[in-house]
Amino acid sequence: MAAVSGLVRRPLREVTVRDAINQGMDEELERDEKVFLLGEEVAQYDGAYKVSRGLWKKYGDKRIIDTPISEMGFAGIAVGAAMAGLRPICEFMTFNFSMQAIDQVINSAAKTYYMSGGFQPVPIVFRGPNGASAGVAAQHSQCFAAWYGHCPGLKVVSPWNSEDAKGLIKSAIRDNNPVVVLENELMYGVPFEFPPEAQSKDFLIPIGKAKIERQGTHITVVSHSRPVGHCLEAAAVLSKEGVECEVINMRTIRPMDMETIEASVMKTNHLVTVEGGWPQFGVGAEICARIMEGPAFNFLDAPAVRVTGADVPMPYAKILEDNSIPQVKDIIFAIKKTLNI
Amino acid sequence: HFGRPRQVDHQRSGASRVLVASRNFANDATFEIKKCDLHRLEEGPPVTTVLTREDGLKYYRMMQTVRRMELKADQLYKQKIIRGFCHLCDGQEACCVGLEAGINPTDHLITAYRAHGFTFTRGLSVREILAELTGRKGGCAKGKGGSMHMYAKNFYGGNGIVGAQGQIFEAYNMAALWKLPCIFICENNRYGMGTSVERAAASTDYYKRGDFIPGLRVDGMDILCVREATRFAAAYCRSGKGPILMELQTYRYHGHSMSDPGVSYRTREEIQEVRSKSDPIMLLKDRMVNSNLASVEELKEIDVEVRKEIEDAAQFATADPEPPLEELGYHIYSSDPPFEVRGANQWIKFKSVS
Repeated sequence: MAAVSGLVRRPLREVTVRDAINQGMDEELERDEKVFLLGEEVAQYDGAYKVSRGLWKKYGDKRIIDTPISEMGFAGIAVGAAMAGLRPICEFMTFNFSMQAIDQVINSAAKTYYMSGGFQPVPIVFRGPNGASAGVAAQHSQCFAAWYGHCPGLKVVSPWNSEDAKGLIKSAIRDNNPVVVLENELMYGVPFEFPPEAQSKDFLIPIGKAKIERQGTHITVVSHSRPVGHCLEAAAVLSKEGVECEVINMRTIRPMDMETIEASVMKTNHLVTVEGGWPQFGVGAEICARIMEGPAFNFLDAPAVRVTGADVPMPYAKILEDNSIPQVKDIIFAIKKTLNI
Repeated sequence: HFGRPRQVDHQRSGASRVLVASRNFANDATFEIKKCDLHRLEEGPPVTTVLTREDGLKYYRMMQTVRRMELKADQLYKQKIIRGFCHLCDGQEACCVGLEAGINPTDHLITAYRAHGFTFTRGLSVREILAELTGRKGGCAKGKGGSMHMYAKNFYGGNGIVGAQGQIFEAYNMAALWKLPCIFICENNRYGMGTSVERAAASTDYYKRGDFIPGLRVDGMDILCVREATRFAAAYCRSGKGPILMELQTYRYHGHSMSDPGVSYRTREEIQEVRSKSDPIMLLKDRMVNSNLASVEELKEIDVEVRKEIEDAAQFATADPEPPLEELGYHIYSSDPPFEVRGANQWIKFKSVS
C-alpha cells in the first residue's frame, strides 16, 4: 500500500509547438554565435506566425535578419554564408515559397558536399510551415515532404508535437548538413505536455529516429506531422472496438527510420501509412516499397494501405478542402479494410 | 462592362430625380493633374485632362463599388464566412479603376494577390467575386480558388506567390529585348507585408528600376492621373517602342491581409492622414461637385445604390451552396476525357471531368 502523501504529481508544463521552436532557436542562438536567422518578417514583425517572437529584441540586427521578399536571393545568400562557416536558419514563410528558391536548396545546398568530394559542408537549416493550413487554397497548401525527401544530401524532419519541434530544430541546427524542417501552421498554437528532459538546453532528438507514440498489437499506423494526432484519435476510437493500433511518429522523413517501422510490422502484420501530401510518389509509397524490400514483407497478412491527401490541387471551398485531406474517418476506414473487419 | 446598367428604385428616388434633372450640370470639366516623374522619357502624360460627367459618374460608381465590396469582405472575414487569406485593396481604388479607364477590354492584365478590385474592373460582378470569397458554387472559380485565384477574360489572376525580384528583371530584359508591348506596373503602397520599402529596397525609385526601360511615377490616389498615365503608357507600347514601367504611388488602409492588423509597422496617424487628405473617392467627388459635374445628392444616390448592390451580392454569397463534393476532382486537366481521381485512400474515388 502506497502512502498517499508521498505521491504528489506536479502537472507537466504545457508548451505550444510555436514556443517550443522559439525556445529551441533561442537556445541555439545563445549557444553558438555563428547561428543566425534570416527570412521575411522574422525580426521586427516577430515572425509572420510569431515563431521568432522576441528573438530580434534579444539578439539584434546581426543575428535576426529581415529580408526583402526574394526567396531565391536570400536562400542563396544563406547557403553562401553556410559554406563560409556560419550556421544560418533560413526561414521560408511557407514551404510553398521555397519553390522560388528550390535550386538553391537542392543544387547549392544538398548536393555540394558530395560534388566537392567531401570538401565543402553546408550546415544550413531551411525551416517553415509545410502542407495544408485552413482555406489558403491551391498555391499555399502543398506538402513538400516527398519532394525534399527525394533528394540525397538533404536531411528532412517533420515534427508533430512540441517535444519533436524543440528537439528536432536543435538537432537540425547542430547538424553539419542541410536540414529541411517541415513545420505545420495548424500545430503552432497547439499545447503539449513538455517532459522534464525537454526543458533542458541540451535536449536533442536524433535525426533519423522514429518514435512509437502508442503501442499496439493489431496494426502499425505510420505517420508524420499533424496527421500523427489524427492517427492517435483513430486509435482511441478503435481501441473501444478491441483493435489496438501501434502508432508510429516518423519524426524524420529522410533518413527514414525503416528499422522501427519494420520491427513494428513484423509484430502486427498490418500496415497503414498516413500523410497529408499527395499520393503519387509520396512518403507512404516509399514506405510500402521499402517494406517489400526488407524482412517485414513476409510478415504482412494484407497489402499495406496508404491514406493521403486527395490527388487534386487544394480547393478553397470548405467542403472540398475537408475532403482533400486525410480525416480520422478515412484512417479508421483504411485500418478496418486492412484488417478485414 | 463599364456601362453596366444598374437597377434603380424608381419609386424611392422619384423625388430626387426631379431635383437632379432640373439642375444644369456641366458636360465636362478640365482638371490639372500632377506631373509624373519621368525616367528615360522626353515627355510624359499631359498635366491637364478633360473629365466628362458621364465618365466621372462611372468612375465614382466603380471606385465606390470596389471600396464597399472590400469592406464587406472585411466584415464577412471577421464573421469567419470568408476563410484563409484575404488581401484587401481599399485605398487603392484609383489604381484598378484608373488603369481600366486607360486600356481596352481586349488588353491583357495580370496581378498578384491583392486582386479583388482588378477582378471587378476586368468585368466580373460583385456577386461572383464575393461568392468566390465565401467558397460557393456561384463564385467565379466555382469556389475552388478563393481570394487569390480569380480569373476572367483577359485577366490572368490573382496569383498567390510573389517577390521573385530576380524574375522581374528577367522579364524586363526579355520585354525590352523583344520590344514587347507590356506595361509593368508597381502599385507602391509603401510596404511589403510588414516591411517598409526603405527596409527592403536599395532603391525605392521603382519607376527607374527598369533601367533601360522608360518609366513614370504616378500619383496613384488620383484616378485622373492614373488614367492619363495609363493612356500614355498604352500608346507608347502600341506604337511599337517596347515596354514601359509605371509606378503608382498609392496606399492600403487595411493591413497586408486580414491577419495583419497593419498598425505594428505604421502609425494610425499615418493611415488617418492618407484617409483625410488623399482618399481617391473623396478626391474625385470633390472635383466633380466643385466643377458642377455632379451634385452631392446625386453621388449620395449612387452610394445608396452601390450599398444595395453589395448587400444583395453578400446575401447571395452567404446563401449560395458550396460546390458539390462530387466535383472535387473536376478541372484538373483541360480538354481531356474523364478519368478517376484518388481521394484520401484507394477506396475513395472522384470523377475528373475537364
